[in-house]
Amino acid sequence: MRPILMKGHERPLTFLRYHRDGDLLFSCAKDDTPTLWYADNGERLGTYRGHNGAVWCCDVSRDSSRLITGSADQTAKLWDVKTGQQLFSFKFGAPARSVDFAVGDKLAVITTDPFMEHTSAIHVKRIAEDLEDQTDDSVLILQSPNGRKTINRAVWGPLNQTIVSGGEDAVIRIWDAETGKLLKETDEEVGHKKPIRSLCKSADDSHFLTGSRDKTAKACLWDMRTLTLIKTYTTGVPLNAVSMSSLLDHVVLGGGPDASEITTTEHRAGSFDAKFYDKILQEEFGSVKGHFGPINALAFNPDGRSFSSGGEDGYVRLHHFDADYFNIKI
Amino acid sequence: MAELDIDTRAAKLGIDWSQVNLDSIQLPPGENFGIESDDEGVYHDDQLEFDTGFGNIIVVDNLPVVPKTKFEKLENVLKKIYSQLGAIKEKGLWMPVDPNTGMTLGYCFIEFNTPQEAQNAKEKTHGYKLDKSHIFAVNMFDDFDRLMNVKEEWEAPQTKPYVPGENLQKWLTDEKARDQLVTRSGPDTEVFWNDARQKNTELVHKRSYWTESYVQWSPLGTYLVTLHKQGAAVWGGADTFTRLMRYQHNMVKLVDFSPGEKYLVTYHSQEPSNPRDASKVEIKVFDVRTGRMMRDFKGSADEFSIGGPGGVAGASWPVFRWAGGKDDKYFAKLSKNTISVYETETFGLIDKKSIKVDNVVDICWSPTDSILSLFVPEQGGGNQPAKVALVQIPSKVELRQKNLFSVSDCKMYWQSSGEYLAVKVDRYTKTKKSTYSGFELFRIKERDIPIEVLELDNKNDKIIAFAWEPKGHRFAVIHGDQPRPDVSFYTMKTTQHGGRVTKLGTLKAKQANALFWSPTGKYIILAGLKNFNGQLEFFNVDELETMATTEHFMATDIEWDPTGRYVATAVTSVHEMENGFTIWSFNGKLLYRNLKDHFFQLAWRPRPPSFLSPEKEEEIAKNLKKYSKKYELEDQDVSLLLSEQDREKRKALKEEWEKWVKQWKSLHEEEKLARQNLRDGEISDEEEEEDEAKEVKEVEFEDVIDVTEEVVQE
Repeated sequence: MRPILMKGHERPLTFLRYHRDGDLLFSCAKDDTPTLWYADNGERLGTYRGHNGAVWCCDVSRDSSRLITGSADQTAKLWDVKTGQQLFSFKFGAPARSVDFAVGDKLAVITTDPFMEHTSAIHVKRIAEDLEDQTDDSVLILQSPNGRKTINRAVWGPLNQTIVSGGEDAVIRIWDAETGKLLKETDEEVGHKKPIRSLCKSADDSHFLTGSRDKTAKACLWDMRTLTLIKTYTTGVPLNAVSMSSLLDHVVLGGGPDASEITTTEHRAGSFDAKFYDKILQEEFGSVKGHFGPINALAFNPDGRSFSSGGEDGYVRLHHFDADYFNIKI
Repeated sequence: MAELDIDTRAAKLGIDWSQVNLDSIQLPPGENFGIESDDEGVYHDDQLEFDTGFGNIIVVDNLPVVPKTKFEKLENVLKKIYSQLGAIKEKGLWMPVDPNTGMTLGYCFIEFNTPQEAQNAKEKTHGYKLDKSHIFAVNMFDDFDRLMNVKEEWEAPQTKPYVPGENLQKWLTDEKARDQLVTRSGPDTEVFWNDARQKNTELVHKRSYWTESYVQWSPLGTYLVTLHKQGAAVWGGADTFTRLMRYQHNMVKLVDFSPGEKYLVTYHSQEPSNPRDASKVEIKVFDVRTGRMMRDFKGSADEFSIGGPGGVAGASWPVFRWAGGKDDKYFAKLSKNTISVYETETFGLIDKKSIKVDNVVDICWSPTDSILSLFVPEQGGGNQPAKVALVQIPSKVELRQKNLFSVSDCKMYWQSSGEYLAVKVDRYTKTKKSTYSGFELFRIKERDIPIEVLELDNKNDKIIAFAWEPKGHRFAVIHGDQPRPDVSFYTMKTTQHGGRVTKLGTLKAKQANALFWSPTGKYIILAGLKNFNGQLEFFNVDELETMATTEHFMATDIEWDPTGRYVATAVTSVHEMENGFTIWSFNGKLLYRNLKDHFFQLAWRPRPPSFLSPEKEEEIAKNLKKYSKKYELEDQDVSLLLSEQDREKRKALKEEWEKWVKQWKSLHEEEKLARQNLRDGEISDEEEEEDEAKEVKEVEFEDVIDVTEEVVQE
């Protein structure tokens, strides 16, 4: 089916997020307005105004009432999804890179970049049910052992007991969400060799997928304590974004060369394609062309029937899968 | 001087150190009082070359013994001979005289400015015939030490027991008749089997930092040569690549084999310290098997550069061009106004003379015979026509020549079995503002070597590429304007016309700029490399039909395997992205890809020519069905086995995954309650979701039916 091109951002896309029912799509870009779209037809519902810098990440609560965004303006903001009203602003001394609501939406994990005297850190904030009670205090602050390297993504582990993080230092770490103790980290051999730019959980929190600039995506088996590598997907291009289908055993990977090298690459080289892999067999079975810049964000609709990609080119492309897609057999 | 020393010294001299204003002291100019400057460059940058030893002195023996009266005359003769070869130092010629008789002793010493000149003089005049009874024997003065130390008694050299060598051609006996290829990527050099049936490569040998610049197969595939700081080395053997021989040549840059791989030519050039000088070039010729250096050539780059006056800087490789055939009998070098042809029996010039051809700019050997084709451009503003000539070696007889008028450039293309020579001639139009091209076709094997002139249908078309069919009688030309030139095929013999060149067909507007014939002929790849992004068209010239058109994006190199069964296309590290190579079947079917970062080089291991007689080959081609049966069966078995293996593997992977999923599921189930609590008692609704997913699938199928119905209605 023809993709729907959504041109609402003036700057490169940074993050895409479907809400739980899969009919709303939130997009973040390096301009300062996160945008909400209908995931079915690509119609724009509205924007969230208030940030003053690139918005790196967002997350939406389970009941779709609240949105949290992390921005380079050194704040993370809570929004009312319906009205677009800003509810609260968490202030940091450094840009907020990634945000993630915990199960139950009472906690959020926010990572901040190394900036001036601040080293990169993972903050856990309590999200109050009643706005009146909301404070700026952190419940827990985790300091990365490699403080000058950005932590690109941190998400909650099952039952909010752990936090999984990955970043520029190419190491995946699992922390205890109660005590802040580092439980596990990948070693050089099985881990990534270059910065990790994306991390995506499976629907049932059983495993997660990381995408790295070393041109591989790795799926890690993850129960509470092990950090075991189970699958590796090798592509020819450095990766910026990964996503997993919850309907079929498929993963989609996207990326491209660094901005500095783009002028020497042609879009036809296939490096800006979204590549589909069979999750189990680790084989590429298809790719979707379209972007004329690297792909920065990918998201599967929770129903698995469509996916969207956001590129350095400023477009969000919304793809509804053809019937053939559901019958692909390798 | 340490500070303490200074203080004590000052005390000794009675100077109150603290009273002295250091800035007021002025040293006399030009004097440094032994104080060395920190600027080391001043002292060490341009160190003078001092004479060390007697490297620049030669000893000339076998001179006539003359009385005093004739001394001066002989001295003048010697000076005349040697000052041509280098600058003799002032009072550098010393001819000792017997004090008793006043006669000379029959030898003299000559001191040159540089050892190079001395070496040169030694090489050039050793064996020089002054007259019948006086043949110069020239030695380096430094060599005398060595010559003096020759043992008085002769010692019989020890005979080493014979150790049978490895079978250097074992790779040809591969059971699956596969071919090898070598690749370089990152620090690794790897030799693979191309296992097209398994759709993958099988590693033969891998080594990091095997070579310092590149690797090269010998023409018959026996050796792999690697380049190092100290020289070149060849590798080969039965199973693994072991080093067979080393060739010492410091900072070797380029290597070249003789076609029969008996000799290896190595090349080294050094940038001059003074930019106005030409760079120095040293070329060595080694015997591949013994490792013995057969001859070396030294000189300035000018002597080895080709391309006429004002040509490109540095030598164009290969400097020495080997005559065709497996005998490795002759090699030729082109320099200004001369062609020097050497024979490998003596490693000297044939008849001790080079061939003088004024203004010759290009030479080309026949790939099979010792025939040299040469091209001389127009002289004197067109008064003297340009000339293409064929010269037989070693007789130096001109077999055929053709004068050409208003020529701007010529290029010679030999057909691989030496039957034809095509000369592409660029001529000026009448206004002299532009050029147009045509071909002169020589039929070497026919009586009197008839020449035919071929012009393209559209005379003004630019010729972009030309290629002979290997072992065949056809050729392909890309001509016309970029970006969509035409490709034409011609044949040198047809049943109707016999000895006339005839056009077979033209393909209009192809995105191609290079031609790659299969080594067995019949098939050709029309490739659009570089600007054309790697367009590939696999074409059957017998049927004049396209077999496949594909693309290997940004492909930079294309190489057929030596049997003509497979084609490798590669993206080398000229580009950042998608480095690696792809293997295709001869008809353009993609077999497999192999991605490697920092991919530098790919080369198929050549095969020696087949021992089958042409008749036998024809017989096999005719009865191909009979012969191919066995292989088809084998192919079938392999593919069955492969799919079987594949299925097994996939099944195992799936099962493993299922196991994990089951584990996760049970864990998930156990945690259900905990999750509910986290969500303030809201039931997690996975079961519901799963049902939804199933419904979704059903809806999809309905969609499909709808679509087909619409098509029917239309």
